[in-house]
Amino acid sequence: MWIYEKKLEYPVRVGGPNPRLAKVIITQYGGPDGELAASLRYLTQRYTMPIPQAKAVLTDIGTEELAHMEIVATLVYNLIKDAPLEEIKRAGLDGYYADHDRALYFVNASGAPWTATYIQSKGDPVTDLYENMAAEQKARSTYEYLIQLSDDPDVSDTLKFLREREVVHFQRFGETLNLVHEYMDRKKYY
Amino acid sequence: MDSKRLNLLKKIMALEFTCVDFNLYLDTHPEDYRALAEYNAASEALAATKKEYEALYGPLTNYGHSPSPQAWRWIEEPWPWETTF
Ligand SMILES: [Fe+2]
Repeated sequence: MWIYEKKLEYPVRVGGPNPRLAKVIITQYGGPDGELAASLRYLTQRYTMPIPQAKAVLTDIGTEELAHMEIVATLVYNLIKDAPLEEIKRAGLDGYYADHDRALYFVNASGAPWTATYIQSKGDPVTDLYENMAAEQKARSTYEYLIQLSDDPDVSDTLKFLREREVVHFQRFGETLNLVHEYMDRKKYY
Repeated sequence: MDSKRLNLLKKIMALEFTCVDFNLYLDTHPEDYRALAEYNAASEALAATKKEYEALYGPLTNYGHSPSPQAWRWIEEPWPWETTF
């Protein structure tokens, strides 16, 4: 069961309409290393985790990623909601506009729709945790590229928060991997 | 959203973020009782601040987790993506 909280995990403020920035940030909504992929990856892997710590970590990080998805959506929504059509065209978002107007949709920065092939659920907890650690690093890199591309200090502030969370998630997955290794060694020798 | 409401909301966001971060840490360090005490302190402060906010501005959570005395205020705007910080 999930409940919804009528608040963001971290404040979102934008300096003004900026469809150029929205076009790249949307990749963290529906792209290969984005928050939808992260959330669904962890929430679907948790069922076959062998130890209680791992079940909790995947449930909790998977849930936090949903909150990050909402932050990214709020950024994109506010960056395009008052953008004039002329600016949308200049930013190269006219293709997106043709399919979605100013609505939110799961695409990467070049417009390709989200696909389940972005994620894996292998059943081997060691394999899955390595995938998750790699995923957190890929998301961290993406946020760094987005910060480089950002010309809006308020947006950059939110992107820096999201980047920092990927670092923390990587750390927690690494600890979980060690705990799983310990568990498997115990099973082997006793 | 007036500044009094916004400040209360920001306080809730900060306290809940503290809880999120301690929660993830405790998932892999459940034997760390100092961290557990900090988690419980933040959780208590969060519950009190939410109660204060909800009495003034309506429920923050759905499905029975916050009461809605007198009127059904859940549908009231702004939603999180409409809030100006
Ligand atoms: Fe993450």
